[in-house]
Amino acid sequence: MRFKTVTSPHLHQQTGVNQVMRRVLYAMVPGITALVWFFGWGILINLALATVMALGAEAAMLAARSKPLALHLGDYSAVVTAWLLAVALPPLAPWWMTVIGILAAIVVAKHLYGGLGYNPFNPAMIGYVVLLISFPREMSAWLIPHGIGQPHALSLLDTLQIIFGGAGSLPIDALTGATPLDVLRTQLGLGQTVAEIRNSPVFGIVAGRGWEWATAGFLTGGLWLIYTRTAAWQIPAGLLGGLAVMATAFYLIDPQHYAPPWFHLWSGAAIFGAFFIATDPVTASTTPRGRLIYGAGIGILIYLIRGFGGYPDGVAFSVLLMNIAAPTIDLYTRPRVFGERQP
Amino acid sequence: MSALFPFHGGLKTVRHKTESNQTRIWTAMLPPRLTVPLRQHIGAIAKPLVQPGDRVLKGQMIGQPDGYISAAIHAPTSGIVSAVDPQPVAHPSGLADLCVTIESDGEDRWINRQPVNYPHLHPSELRNVIRNAGVVGLGGAAFPSAVKLNPSGRSERLDTLILNGAECEPWITCDDRLMRERAADIVAGLQIMAYLLGPYEVMIGIEDDKPEAIAAMSAACVRTGYMVCPIPTRYPSGSVKQLVRLLTGKEIPVDGLPVDVGVQCFNVATAYTVHRAVNFGEPVISRIITVTGQVHGPGNFEVLIGTPFAALIAQCGGYREGVERLILGGPMMGFALHSDDAPVTKAANCLLAVGPAELAPELPVLPCIRCGACMDVCPADLLPQQLYWHARAKEFDQARDCHLFSCIECGCCSVVCPSHIPLVQYYRYAKNEIWALEKEKQRAEQARQRHQARMERLEREKQEREAKLRQKAPRVEVVASSGKQEG
Repeated sequence: MRFKTVTSPHLHQQTGVNQVMRRVLYAMVPGITALVWFFGWGILINLALATVMALGAEAAMLAARSKPLALHLGDYSAVVTAWLLAVALPPLAPWWMTVIGILAAIVVAKHLYGGLGYNPFNPAMIGYVVLLISFPREMSAWLIPHGIGQPHALSLLDTLQIIFGGAGSLPIDALTGATPLDVLRTQLGLGQTVAEIRNSPVFGIVAGRGWEWATAGFLTGGLWLIYTRTAAWQIPAGLLGGLAVMATAFYLIDPQHYAPPWFHLWSGAAIFGAFFIATDPVTASTTPRGRLIYGAGIGILIYLIRGFGGYPDGVAFSVLLMNIAAPTIDLYTRPRVFGERQP
Repeated sequence: MSALFPFHGGLKTVRHKTESNQTRIWTAMLPPRLTVPLRQHIGAIAKPLVQPGDRVLKGQMIGQPDGYISAAIHAPTSGIVSAVDPQPVAHPSGLADLCVTIESDGEDRWINRQPVNYPHLHPSELRNVIRNAGVVGLGGAAFPSAVKLNPSGRSERLDTLILNGAECEPWITCDDRLMRERAADIVAGLQIMAYLLGPYEVMIGIEDDKPEAIAAMSAACVRTGYMVCPIPTRYPSGSVKQLVRLLTGKEIPVDGLPVDVGVQCFNVATAYTVHRAVNFGEPVISRIITVTGQVHGPGNFEVLIGTPFAALIAQCGGYREGVERLILGGPMMGFALHSDDAPVTKAANCLLAVGPAELAPELPVLPCIRCGACMDVCPADLLPQQLYWHARAKEFDQARDCHLFSCIECGCCSVVCPSHIPLVQYYRYAKNEIWALEKEKQRAEQARQRHQARMERLEREKQEREAKLRQKAPRVEVVASSGKQEG
């Protein structure tokens, strides 16, 4: 009797790229739920629009590159990119911003570099940075969270109208405001102390009101990703560690002018970036020690940009900068091979 | 029980041990014809001692070891040699190799077996007995055991002698059954090995999913001082490097051997054959093989070397529906046979027929997303994802710098890869390319040296000729001038 010859191993675990990507999506659900609660329908509309656009752009690029559509669309990587970007966009961002961001992410940052697995930069962060540099005003106009001042009661229809048709007669300027990190930055610039600024109604228990609950949601999802070994623990540990060390050092030097470490860890995109953005394996370092260094680098850069740079938050720039460094970090952090003498 | 030293990585795989380990070892039937390959071991092929038409007895040497690293081959039964020619053998290449074909006479008549009383023998004589019995490592590598049992050349005594009863591959249970049923024989063989090597300690590593084997071996080891060490069931704990690390905490150096860290390691079945060879005068003419998977009656069989796989399958009641692959060895490191007409060899520990139920559907390969799942399971602490990039890009020097040759091809990385990349295949490819390049380089170097030697020789000859000519020069001139005149 004749048989098929295939090389060993003959066993395979039923894991797949699509499973990894789906887990990332599941893990984002608690954080997204909190965002929707505090910022309304805009979050969901952005997510839906970004997803549709990302799948469309992915399909078009796959077709252009003569790749099997169903196989690659089914890996969910485009959906992950779409969600990561959509969550980072202001809830009332006009529709064309989402479109531009997704095109920059999927077409340029992903497929022009060779598609899944070959992109040196985190696609979602490229999309985000393109928008941040091109449309700084729109990108900093975040909806004021539910529960501060007058409760915003934008209906689904109102939100759709703002996103797709412009503000029109709606009092959009009254609904939007600066993000907590932006407030901190501006007020520090005006010579106020951290303690004074913290009395502002935009701040809650630890960090920005409303925002801090989204952060808690992303932390929950992120810890689940670590628990299921979908993401490497070293990257968030390094990132949060790096940020904490920097923030603590400056806080100890001058607590009047530097926010405490817990505020930094819980503010902006630090937690979200640590567990969801920096852990993108394609663009991160792959060795165990390298991942710690890579994460720490991002954490330190986040602090430097927040404290001394031109932007209120720095997760996207820090991730992109460390993306460049990842191959070099890998080269110098190779683990000791079994039986290799201690160097 | 001493503390264990866990190795990095590894996998908890499916087990599938109970299909075949619930029944006693069966004795396989004597087939009418046996095809005995002369190369069943690592090292030089044995030199045939018989010709077609010769009558042979069971246990008679038909292939003589050729050189130090080689092994003797014996007739598994009595009969008449019908051919000494290349026949299909179980090899990934599918190529034929030199075999002795014996038509059985059905009498199964032994040669005159001569057991030896080994404590009265000089160690070198005892090693010769083992060597002439064709004892090789039965765990799969089939390295001539007499070579490993020679402590000469080492200044200090061996620290640890390890007997490998881990049997970490799924489905395989031949060592499990052997340990359960013939523990005392294994320990008798182990005593001979210990006599030759003089280790400070003797350890027997058995995965803890074999409680019956552990109990049987522990009972057989009473008052020997040998330690039976249950080890966690984690593939590839039966790999020499991992087992040595697990039991002793020592790491065999890259490019090194167990003896480099004062350890020697043998399979339990090898110890059994040493016992049969020394205490009964029986050479290695049979082995225990697990036949399992999609066959009607899976189990373990004591089978004569040279029995066709097809005959063995027939004794198990044949294949079930939908067998797609026939694997020699385990599902992690075994290779898929082209056909079942090849014969059983000393290294054949398992015959596994698998169908869609056992095999994952062949999924399309996606690009590497550098998730590092491969790195987390690599027992050699390699970076499989980087090796893959280098192998794929044909950057063989970089692959070697990333310790490609530390890869033991255990297959863990391929199993867990979410992109379903056949990683091990890439490493084999890179290794083969490097070996080929090295051979090419050697050949080129030889050619260069030959060429240089030839040029030097030609130059030397030319100079010698010229020197002679110069010596004869005056006369030549005269002759030449006279010749001209004649012209």
